[in-house]
Amino acid sequence: MQDEVTQLFLEQALNGLQFGLMLFLLAAGLTLVFGIMDCINLAHGSLYMVGAYLVAAAAQAADSFWSGLGAGVAGAAILGLLLELSLFRQLYKRDHLSQVLATFALILIANEAVRIIWGAQPVMLNPPDALSGPVEIVGFFYPAYRLVIIAFGLAVAGLLYLLVAKSRVGMWVRAGASNREMTEALGINVQGLFTAVFVFGAALCALAGGLLGPLLAVQVGMGESVLILAFVVIIIGGIGSIRGALVGSLIVGSVDTLGRALLPTLLRATLPADAASTLGPALASILIYLLMAGILFFKPQGLFPARA
Amino acid sequence: MAFYRPAPYQKPLAIALLLAMLVLPNVLTAFGQEFYIGFATRILIFALAASSLNLVLGFAGMFSLGHAAFFGTGAYVAAICMANGINDALLVFPLAMGVAGLFALLVGAISLRTRGVYFIMITLAFGQMAYYLFVSARTWGGDDGLPLVGRLNLAGFSLNDDAAFFYAALASLAMSIVFLGRLADARFGRVIQAIRENETRMEALGYPVFRYRLICFALGGGLAGLAGALLANLTGLASPNLLQWMQSGTLLVMVIIGGVGYLYGGMVGALILLCLEEVLAGFTLHWHIGLGLLLLGIVMFAPKGVAALFGKQHG
Repeated sequence: MQDEVTQLFLEQALNGLQFGLMLFLLAAGLTLVFGIMDCINLAHGSLYMVGAYLVAAAAQAADSFWSGLGAGVAGAAILGLLLELSLFRQLYKRDHLSQVLATFALILIANEAVRIIWGAQPVMLNPPDALSGPVEIVGFFYPAYRLVIIAFGLAVAGLLYLLVAKSRVGMWVRAGASNREMTEALGINVQGLFTAVFVFGAALCALAGGLLGPLLAVQVGMGESVLILAFVVIIIGGIGSIRGALVGSLIVGSVDTLGRALLPTLLRATLPADAASTLGPALASILIYLLMAGILFFKPQGLFPARA
Repeated sequence: MAFYRPAPYQKPLAIALLLAMLVLPNVLTAFGQEFYIGFATRILIFALAASSLNLVLGFAGMFSLGHAAFFGTGAYVAAICMANGINDALLVFPLAMGVAGLFALLVGAISLRTRGVYFIMITLAFGQMAYYLFVSARTWGGDDGLPLVGRLNLAGFSLNDDAAFFYAALASLAMSIVFLGRLADARFGRVIQAIRENETRMEALGYPVFRYRLICFALGGGLAGLAGALLANLTGLASPNLLQWMQSGTLLVMVIIGGVGYLYGGMVGALILLCLEEVLAGFTLHWHIGLGLLLLGIVMFAPKGVAALFGKQHG
């Protein structure tokens, strides 16, 4: 019995880590767009959805998951480039109202366009055959594909850390996030930097969408629910901070996953069965929002505010 | 932006409009178009919901992206009352306003500690939290929502008749607009508009900025609750979708198209958006694309909104 509980906990902790790392891919791009450009992008979730569809379509055409993933990510990057050049460049100087309205419009357009092209039914995306089975780690079985996602997430997080914290371009990005005018005055091409960051964010969206595709259904509306989670992540972490996005993602990912898996059981042990079965799922689904409210109550700027 | 002042022709125009609305059900019935009475009621209700958001967003400058939570809460209060046999509108409507207002007070008390983008996103997150709460509340129908059996009674009259319900919605909207107009012009309204313009100065003058903002936020939430209770009665269903953030976005779109910070902005926006939906949906199944492109066009080329044509703002 004790072993089973530990095993369940370990398994869910790995799931939480995996979910948190995928959230990080989304939140990293979002927090930079917010932090540097002070631009609210509600359509970030749509890039994730379109990315997942592109990966699914390319994987089907090429009959290979990995080349599909590469092609889909490249496609999303090109789409991000076009969007930045045609629309977002105009939006940076506008107020938050215009940004929300314009990106809300983009969501409507993206959802409907996907529905026209790929239909209303969810699209199947299969994981690579070699990874479809489980592997044994420290005494229990865990899906190999999920382990690969964790490895991918860790690699991208590490790469992003090196890029942002150690490289010259990363220094410019951080400088842009904390003081845009000063960065411009120092002769940095902030406009070009913006475009690069936006395209990079779009590519990360598609990467997350493609990797999660085999686990979740690739369908219209998948972007909206994950967008809100990414928002919660960057509020908790502090807008504009990559480190905050990583910490926030891991917190949100594990709290959400563990809460959903363990809370109903925990409640059943302490409350009457009737109350536990009503309260459990409700409490589990709002846990991260309560967490966010709690953190903001004490730190209204998030855990790692980018601007002093 | 400066203080709101109605244009001189605005009041006679509003009264003429109200008189026209009084005979609208008769006219529609005479032409055999009873279907459109329900559609017109829907516009009135969304006009009220959008106006309540305009109080928060336009007059007080608080960019809330979770307003639908209060709208949906009002709908659920009405549905839960009906399910428990309470069907007197004079009891249910104030209760819906009260519960939604209290909820807004709670959300505001935490959210208003933050500023700017953080406020937008924390209201969004609280809205989603309310949404998931109702989705997982199996006693209240969960995902499917809570249906209403029939409609409320108002002072002994049943509102089951579509025309009668239209008048109830019209009265609610008219009273709310008059209230909002008086409020904007009263000391309270001046203070919240001044806070929108220059928070630091109002703080320095000794105004309790946080308290003014919070009261305004709760008032907006309460009015949204009334609109929600009306909508649940119209459609016969309190669904969790009413609380979803896309609904908040739709209300926001209404306010922005109509005119942020203009008394009639919410009304004009609701009218335009709902009519647009109706017309576009007649042409194609994929009318969302058309709506999206149109919204993009409005952001890019008419950022001030339509009601800006109908009211002056003195600088």
